[in-house]
Amino acid sequence: MTEGKTPLSQRSSARANPSRAWGDYQIEVVVGYLLRCGVILSGTIVFCGACIYIFRHAYEPADYRIFRGEPSDFRTIPGVLQSAWHGHGRGWIQLGLLFLIATPIARVAFAVAGFALERDRMYVAFTLIVLLVLLYSLIGSGLTF
Amino acid sequence: MTILTFTAAVAIVSFVAGLLGSLTGLGGGVVLVPLLTIFFHVDIRYAIGASLVSVIATSSGAAAAYVKEGFSNIRIGMFLEIATTVGALLGAYLATWIPTTAIATVFGIMLLYSAYISRRVRPPELQNLPPDPLATRLRLNGSFPDLDGERSYNVQHVPVGFSLMFGAGALSGLLGIGSGAVKVLAMDQAMRIPFKVSTTTSNFMIGVTAAASAGVYLSRGYVDPGLAMPVMLGVLAGSLIGSRILVKAETKSLRLVFSLVILVLGLQMLYKGLWGRI
Repeated sequence: MTEGKTPLSQRSSARANPSRAWGDYQIEVVVGYLLRCGVILSGTIVFCGACIYIFRHAYEPADYRIFRGEPSDFRTIPGVLQSAWHGHGRGWIQLGLLFLIATPIARVAFAVAGFALERDRMYVAFTLIVLLVLLYSLIGSGLTF
Repeated sequence: MTILTFTAAVAIVSFVAGLLGSLTGLGGGVVLVPLLTIFFHVDIRYAIGASLVSVIATSSGAAAAYVKEGFSNIRIGMFLEIATTVGALLGAYLATWIPTTAIATVFGIMLLYSAYISRRVRPPELQNLPPDPLATRLRLNGSFPDLDGERSYNVQHVPVGFSLMFGAGALSGLLGIGSGAVKVLAMDQAMRIPFKVSTTTSNFMIGVTAAASAGVYLSRGYVDPGLAMPVMLGVLAGSLIGSRILVKAETKSLRLVFSLVILVLGLQMLYKGLWGRI
């Protein structure tokens, strides 16, 4: 897998040499902005949900002493979507948090594509492994149903 | 406490934690769980869930700024993420069945270790190390812009670093923190990655690592929207503002104060864990 690969100094020249369209540096810049957009989006959704939640429940007691675990509305993706659809503040907060969790996953998916464009098979494989672990944690943990 | 006052108080504390964490470079997440459990009497499982979510937010929010500097090494990040994500998944599953007193004890030790790392005098960076065959095969070596032009570096001891990163991931998943202190150990001490590269790359990795355990936490009901909301918004706002203001002169004393806070919280958590007061 290693034969015919670029020398070690290639990485630094990826930054200095703009003629190479898809160097590591370019991938990182795009990915960096992608991450920031994801955070802004999720932060906005969480904030909107917070306004609804505070407006409706401001004077109810807050108690987190005893762990009860969240109801299924806030534990699964369909539950969260349904709760948000009904205009519940906490549903919107949870939806924003789902977007937040999805942001780094999108970053890894993007890195797979970036390494594929660079025709770097070893790193396509590495990033795919990371992506599979992340997807497993979402699906295998029962979040999707 | 009503929801209004609770939310406001948690948001303020989270904001300060995020601000100090980013100003000192020690990370705000590590103090959040003890603060929530000790002062707000939040069950440690809820606290861990909320903290983990805020870790993703700060890591992803700061990524764009870090990337532009050109220090981070995406290959090192991606390669080590194999270890951290698998570790994080394991840590999160572990957290769902070990007793909370054990989690608090591990947390206390982790805090004491973080306080120690933050006070330790960093040994001078070794430069011009010979290339390691495995690191060369994995194309981990790179270069970064230094004061006097591009400086290239050769990554060392890949298997040790990879194993330590697995441990860092497991701790992150178990405790809901970024576990920067263990990452420093792996990347600076074992792999001999220059400090600028290791800090920015580790920040890049923290979000992905946390996402691997977030799914487990969310589906097990550890992430409460009413608690995670002020924590996430507070820490995010604090760390973003912290990364924009420069208080170079004050950083040293600020670092000392913050590491003392970490030390005290660490002793408290250890006490709570060992004496079952959680």
